[in-house]
Amino acid sequence: MTLTHYVVLAAILFSIGATTVLVRRNAIIVFMGVELMLNATNLALVTFSRMHGNLTGQVLAFFVMVVAAAEVVIGLAIIISIFRTRRSASVDDVNLLKS
Amino acid sequence: MITSLTDAGQTTTGEAILFWILAVVMVLAAGGLLFARKAVHAALSLIVVMIGLAFLYVAQDAPFLGVVQVVVYTGAIMMLFLFVLMLVGVDASDTLTETLRGQRWIAALGGLGLAVVLAGVVGRAHYGPAAGLTNANADSNPVALARLVFGSYAFALEVVGALLITAAIGAIMLTHRRRLTPRVTQRERSAARVLDGTIAGKPAPGVYARHNAMDVPALGPDGRPIDTSVSRVLRVRGQEADAQEYAARIDRVLSGSWATAPASGVEAAEPPELGEAGRVDEAAAAGAKEQS
Repeated sequence: MTLTHYVVLAAILFSIGATTVLVRRNAIIVFMGVELMLNATNLALVTFSRMHGNLTGQVLAFFVMVVAAAEVVIGLAIIISIFRTRRSASVDDVNLLKS
Repeated sequence: MITSLTDAGQTTTGEAILFWILAVVMVLAAGGLLFARKAVHAALSLIVVMIGLAFLYVAQDAPFLGVVQVVVYTGAIMMLFLFVLMLVGVDASDTLTETLRGQRWIAALGGLGLAVVLAGVVGRAHYGPAAGLTNANADSNPVALARLVFGSYAFALEVVGALLITAAIGAIMLTHRRRLTPRVTQRERSAARVLDGTIAGKPAPGVYARHNAMDVPALGPDGRPIDTSVSRVLRVRGQEADAQEYAARIDRVLSGSWATAPASGVEAAEPPELGEAGRVDEAAAAGAKEQS
């Protein structure tokens, strides 16, 4: 087995996350799809770090994790404030600007 | 060592076995995120994926990131997700109406295309022999990472700290509610209830009914079922017991044919009579004592 297998797994997980974002309607599940994409990218970064024998990839993955934590906090706060005003967590109901 | 690479960049057999088991589990769990009907199940399958990733990080000579993955992702972020799911409520499931026709199929096709393109590009690219991290991790992985983070990337670390502070304040701002109406204290609530005609609080489910289960609505002194006594969650899920059926049984009891009815588990000792308010109160007290 070569390290390419890890990168292929990361690509598969990334596309499953992207499909989740496109298909699901519940805003929280859509957000989980974004998290899955971030995790898949981290796996690719760690694998590339090991391929090149250089720890910079792991440092970048660490920063991705920190930024993802900040992003989750803000995103969930937005979802909660939308749920408070619209009583719904569905992304289809957020169409106030339409027509 | 299990994580060492051969000269040709091949992994050891142990790592290959670990990879193939975890890869199957993780892809199946990611499919759970895509297909699960309930949001809680999707969150649980995402936790499985994240723990699998932590194992893979440790196997790939990144033990520090493996620990951080468990602590930050499964420990903090996914718990935050579950917390918000509980806050939003169990009835916030997916809507199945399509606002754009055929969007679901086009999106699925797009995702499949992305998978094929990414896997094709990644699989066909030529990387050269993998170097491995044995030299870079000579002083153990956390020490080597700390040299980089607090050395070359110290400025990025400070910027990320500012980002975290901003995110925390932003979350407080976004979820803060300014009070537009005067605060309703317990005194005003009680006065409003007296004016409304209902002096006591809402009855618990099962009061006066012949069963004291959670899903059986309470019966008022007149024998009518009180729908609001059953938990909102049970009502939303449609798991509430039929109120009319219980009301009919009480009607049977009130009409005097209760003695001939087949005895059930809960015996009606004495049918409460409508005229005497005192006796109804006694029965309520007895019912409450039984429930507790």
